[in-house]
Amino acid sequence: MAERVSYWSTLTEPLIKQNPVTLQILGICSALAVTTTMATALTMSVSLTVVITLGAGIISVIRRHIPDTIRLIVQIVIIASLVIVIDQFLQAYFADISRALSVYVWLITTNCLVLGRTETYARFHGPLPSMVDAFGNGLGYSLVLIVLGGIRELFGKGELFGAQVLPLADEGGWFTPLSLMLLAPSAFFLLGGLVWALRSVRSEQVEPPDHTPPETEPAK
Amino acid sequence: MAGTDWNPWRRLLALPNESRTKTVIVAFLVSAISAVLVSSATVVLRPIQTANRAAEEQARISDLVRGIPGMAALLEDSGGTLSTVVIDLERGRAAQDITPETLDVALTDQANWTVLEAGDDLAGLGQRPNFTQVFLLREGEDISLILLPVTGQGYGGRIDAIVAVHGDMNTIAGIAVTQHSETPGLGARIEDPSWQANFPGTLIRDDSGDVRFSVARGVATTDYDVDGITGATRTSSSVTRMMRFWLGPQGYGPLLDAIGRGEF
Repeated sequence: MAERVSYWSTLTEPLIKQNPVTLQILGICSALAVTTTMATALTMSVSLTVVITLGAGIISVIRRHIPDTIRLIVQIVIIASLVIVIDQFLQAYFADISRALSVYVWLITTNCLVLGRTETYARFHGPLPSMVDAFGNGLGYSLVLIVLGGIRELFGKGELFGAQVLPLADEGGWFTPLSLMLLAPSAFFLLGGLVWALRSVRSEQVEPPDHTPPETEPAK
Repeated sequence: MAGTDWNPWRRLLALPNESRTKTVIVAFLVSAISAVLVSSATVVLRPIQTANRAAEEQARISDLVRGIPGMAALLEDSGGTLSTVVIDLERGRAAQDITPETLDVALTDQANWTVLEAGDDLAGLGQRPNFTQVFLLREGEDISLILLPVTGQGYGGRIDAIVAVHGDMNTIAGIAVTQHSETPGLGARIEDPSWQANFPGTLIRDDSGDVRFSVARGVATTDYDVDGITGATRTSSSVTRMMRFWLGPQGYGPLLDAIGRGEF
């Protein structure tokens, strides 16, 4: 029973309490780049979640046999291979979305979020907890991406998943699209606003003023 | 106990992680397994990807033709298909014994490629095939539209596009970008229909026969310019150089001349 509780908290903590994007500010490059529409945000989220979960699982299985001297290289090789496989898969079955994501799928390789989880968690825990933790972090990242993607697509184009939600002024409705929402800076503003809102509600996430990095590891 | 275990796998696992043998073997195994995984994914999925790309190119070609005023009807008249011709670029006429089906095979032969001198190599290709496939739309005997595939080095990678030229062989009728890897949001705007809408009506060559086409810096000022893309100077100038190369004497120039003389 105690085990189950700990898996559950491992899974849910990264959603808001320890969210990798809003608390640790990891992986924001892709979070800013691919969130102009819900479809790309969702594909990127799923790809990253698959890569991080499988990567954490594989690395956790061989964790006792990774020589310390080459551990980063081994982890990167495993992650990079998974990313290439995912990218090939997207190109084959989701050609349109794969084109929209362009290089950002490959950049999952260098996403600090993935390496962060394998380096700090999967190397010290068994496969199951590692995968649960990675999956939770993937979901946390996905949550932020989907919120950003939803806001940007809704206010930038008046659409969600490509379907018109708000009637456009050009076509007789009342909504004038905010083109700013489709440009990169808006993602910064929105993400900044999101971080501010979260930290106002959960004041324990506020970083101490002397620039000491926040405690990012769950204390278990 | 350890001395009696002759299973090499277990002996490997039992080695301390810091030992050099284990480091090398682990590195090798991880790379080998990853390599197999990546290669098999690529090989298994390649046919689907190729089919996707071919379907996409076909879709873009027909979109391009349909987007040009007056061409949709002509396309219907010709049975909805364009005639495909393999062109011998040097001679500027149809290739004698290469058909669209055998073109891919012919191009695996290095003898069918021309290495470009640095001065001529505007598009940054290094070498150029001697044969390419173009698409024609005929109205009776006359060619009313020709679609010319072009390619060149962009800022982020190779740009592939198809340029449609009217029957006078000097007025651009449209462009479709089939493949590129330019910066999303900046150079990638070469895909935007609003930018591509600049192309129709733009002239290629002046009266003396020099290729004058260019992507302007800012707004187009002459009949030979199209508007530049703000924030994508490198991409814009790549498109200029790609178009000048392919529409010039090294590219389709001889072909356009031959068609202009009515020799085609």
